[in-house]
Order: sequence, then C-alpha cells, then structure tokens
Amino acid sequence: MNKKIKFNTKNLDLYYGDFQALKSINLEIYEKEVTAFIGPSGCGKSTFLRCLNRMNDLIDSVKIEGEIIFEGQDINGDIDVINLRTRVGMVFQKPNPFPMSIYENIAYGPKCQGVKDKTQLDTLVKESLVKAALWEEVKDRLNKSALGLSGGQQQRLCIARAIAMQPEVILMDEPTSALDPIATAKIEDLMSKLKKDYTIIIVTHSMQQAGRISDKTAFFLMGEVVEFNETPVIFTNPADKRTEDYITGRFG
Amino acid sequence: MKSEHKNAIVADKIATVILYCIAGFFLLLLAGFTAYIIVKGIMAYQPGIFSFERTGIGVELFNTVYLVLISLIISVPIGVGAGIYMAEYAKAGKVTNYLRICIETLSSLPSIVIGLFGYLVFIYMTGSKYNLFAGALAVSILSLPLLTTVTEDAIRAVPSIYKEGSLAVGATHWQTIVQICLPVATPRIITGVILAAGRGFGEAAALLYTAGMSSNVNLNIWNPFDPMSLLCPFRPGDTLALHIWALKTESMTPNADQIANFSAAVLLVLIFAFSLGSRLLGARLDRKMSGK
Ligand SMILES: Nc1ncnc2c1ncn2[C@@H]1O[C@H](COP(=O)(O)OP(=O)(O)O)[C@@H](O)[C@H]1O
Ligand SMILES: [Mg+2]
Repeated sequence: MNKKIKFNTKNLDLYYGDFQALKSINLEIYEKEVTAFIGPSGCGKSTFLRCLNRMNDLIDSVKIEGEIIFEGQDINGDIDVINLRTRVGMVFQKPNPFPMSIYENIAYGPKCQGVKDKTQLDTLVKESLVKAALWEEVKDRLNKSALGLSGGQQQRLCIARAIAMQPEVILMDEPTSALDPIATAKIEDLMSKLKKDYTIIIVTHSMQQAGRISDKTAFFLMGEVVEFNETPVIFTNPADKRTEDYITGRFG
Repeated sequence: MKSEHKNAIVADKIATVILYCIAGFFLLLLAGFTAYIIVKGIMAYQPGIFSFERTGIGVELFNTVYLVLISLIISVPIGVGAGIYMAEYAKAGKVTNYLRICIETLSSLPSIVIGLFGYLVFIYMTGSKYNLFAGALAVSILSLPLLTTVTEDAIRAVPSIYKEGSLAVGATHWQTIVQICLPVATPRIITGVILAAGRGFGEAAALLYTAGMSSNVNLNIWNPFDPMSLLCPFRPGDTLALHIWALKTESMTPNADQIANFSAAVLLVLIFAFSLGSRLLGARLDRKMSGK
C-alpha cells in the first residue's frame, strides 16, 4: 500500500511571458498508478504535463519557479535533460509517428542513445510493439512507412516508441482525443496493462475516461489544482464546490 | 441587397476570366519562346556539332555541367548549413537581423558585380588564369542566398510534432535536425537546388572574368591535374551560355549563328532534364516517407 512518490512538485509557478499559466501547484504522483488531469481547456493541464519532461524548454518565453522533484532531484536544476527524457516518455495528442518505417520509428530513440547492435534493436522493437499491443497487426510490415497505419495504430506505435526507451514514467496528453471509440477502447485497455510497469500520467478531456482508467485524479482550473484525490472520491464525493460543478457538467 | 449580391457574382466572374487570360497569356508566351528556341535549334543542327573539336560544342556542354556540379558541391553544404543555422540556432536579435539584411543584399547584387569580385579575389589576388573553379565559386556566391533562404523556410515548415516527438525520446537537438528535420525538408530543399543550378546553367556575366570565354583542352590528356586536361577544374572554360553570347557578338566563324541557335536549344533541354530529374528524385523521397 505504501507506494513510492515519483514526482513531487512544490509551489510550481509557470509564466508564458507575463501570463501566469500555473499557480503554485503542489502535487504528488505515485509510482505505478494512473494519474489523470482533468479540467476545462486552457486551464494548464498540458503546460503542467510538459514541465515533467522539460518540454517547455522549447518555448523561449517560459519562466518556471518552484520545484519539480523527480526521484529526489529537482529537474529544473542542473540535470541531464536527455537522460530525463529517456526516463520520462511522452505521447502526444495527435499521433506523430516519424515519416519512416515502423521499425525505424521504434529503433530511433535507442539508436540516438547509441544502441547499434542489430539483434538488440530487433528484440527491443518486437518487445515494445508487443507491449503496445501492436505486434500482431504490424509484424509483417515492419519496413513499411508508419504513416500508412490507421490513427489508432499510429498512436499505439507512439506508445511503443516511448516504451522502447524503457522509461519509468509515460506522459500522455489527450492521447485518444483524435481517435474513434474502438481505437480509444484499445488504448484505454493498454493503459491499464501498462500501469503494472510504468507510472502513467494522462491528460484527458473526458471525465468518463478519467473515471474508467485512473487511480487518482487532479482537477485543474485556471492554472490551479483545485482538488487532487483518489478518482472515486473526486467523482462521487468531491470536497470543492467547483469540482462538483465541473463533474456534474454545470460548466466547462 | 439582391442586386448587390448579383454584382458580387458578376465581379467574381470577371475577375476569374481576367486571371485566366493573364495566366493563359504567360503560358502562351512561354510556349512560344520554348518552341522558337527548340525549332531554331533543330534547324541549325549539323553533323558533328557535339564534337569536342573547335567546330563542336562538346567542350562547352561538358564545361557547363562540370561547373554547375562543382558550384553545387560548394554551395549546397554551405547554403543548407546556413539555412539550418538561421532556422534552428539564430536567436532573434541584432546580429540575426544584420545577417538577414546581408543575405538579402547578396541576393540582389547584379551578377556582373559578383563576377568582378570573383575576378579580383579568385583570379587577380591569387595570380591565376581564368579557371572553371573560380567560375564555380562565383556562381556559388550567387546561389548561396537562395539556398540559405529556401533551407531556412523548409526547416521551419517541418511540423513541430515531429520535432517534439524526437526530443521526447531523448534525441539531442542536432540528432533531431539531421535525422528528422532534414529528411522531411529535403523535397523543398531540392526545389532550391534546382533553382540554384538553373542560375549556374544560365549564368554569363559572373563567368566572364572568372571562368573565362574560351576553352583550350587536349583530349589525349586525362590526368585531372594537367591544366590541358578536360577534367581539370583549374583551366579556363566557357560554358554554353557564355559561348552563345560570344558567338552572337564577336565570333568570326561563318556559321556562328547556327551554332549559337543550336547551343541555346541544348541548354534549354539540359535545364529541363536536370529539373525533371531532381523533381522525380524529390517525389520518390516524398513517397518513401509517406509510405504511399
Ligand atoms: N506557447 C504558449 N505561449 C503562450 N501562452 C500559452 C502557450 N501555450 C499555452 N498557453 C496558454 O496557457 C494556458 C494553458 O494552456 P494549456 O496548458 O495548453 O491548457 P490545457 O492543456 O489545459 O487546455 C492557456 O491559457 C494557453 O492560452
Ligand atoms: Mg492541452
């Protein structure tokens, strides 16, 4: 029952120029659980998620204050960002396989880390695809372009691509918002399997999805975390009036 | 209200017709020019015109391809490198703005100025004779701004989701540029290379005092370091475009007009073949990436 804390933020503020997008966020993300972020669009869910693998480094105007502790280390300090990103993988809203073969898509990350051995890469590619429940569908066309896959397959490929780095955490930003219900169901299925091995943090616009797959849920509103608790508690017995209003669909 | 709506429809129709007319006019003009040059060229055909002797244009044809090739070998790496720098590394600020003004200025310099600059620096200051390599350098200077801007635009046009995807699996900035951005940008960069090569094929003024207006080769020498060898880049060499100009202005040969007409047609076909080849290559790369 005593799960380890994986991520821990302390008074995290984030500014895009003068605009404050995150206001004093304090959150604990536990290991090998699914944590969901919900809230109306524009409330800072993606922004927060992108802090966790330093993806916001790409945006010049971003300024961050406060701490993000990952495994005892402040990741905004003097750390190896490349190493952080291999340990904290990410899956994006729009499936974004690279315009290369299915095999190359998955081998890309390990190759960038210097893995050259063909048999090692072969096993890594297969294992990742198996874990992402895509192997059976693509094993005969590994050398075909990944852009020929369906949207749902592409997204599972992106999950496999993240898994190939053998990460500890996988961040997912509305991974099913571009997919049909069947593809969505497959990905949700996958997530409940993956949480045995990985810590999963997912942003979702669908409260039903959060309810189905997550252990804990954080409700974001205008850059703040209004409430963070076990998912059943958030959905059946929220402490804050604003959470209740959002859950019951009275705004957002 | 009703009549206003009708007016809008009429205006739309008139604008469409006018635009079609303008486009048609230019298409006709282009087709006319091309047909004129090709027909005159064919009519001027005479046996042995491709020969590498004085009466043929073999050497000039070779020089043209050779010079363009050398200039691309020089200008493409530098231009693409500079484009990558401008797109990925240059921070917005005074230095970058200054650099941008320099590139724009360079792109609008008349080619005779570049030619004279080339003469001064590559010929006079080095104390060498006119040579193809100096010509290639001059053409490179001409095409660098174009290659730089095209590459910068092409890299900027790479969807950011590819870049983010690459960085998110722990690739470095450089790995992302080389392995993701460049391949995706290649078809567009190829368009720039075609345009750059086109400048080389057609250039005359910049070559006048760099590559020179005549060729003197001995076809029995194949050592590329011998200045009499066809393969030596450090020998004087006139390209087709320059040859046409020389024939039309100051040639003593009796059939100079004929040879010039034929050369023009050959040059046209050469440029067309090069563009077509590069485009096919680009399309193939594109297909390979999109998996269609
Ligand atoms: N690159 C950016 N520059 C400036 N403002 C941004 C940028 N990205 C997001 N924002 C702003 O930050 C706020 C939070 O955005 P985001 O994290 O994308 O919200 P969510 O994912 O919850 O929909 C929004 O108001 C948005 O307009
Ligand atoms: Mg978002």
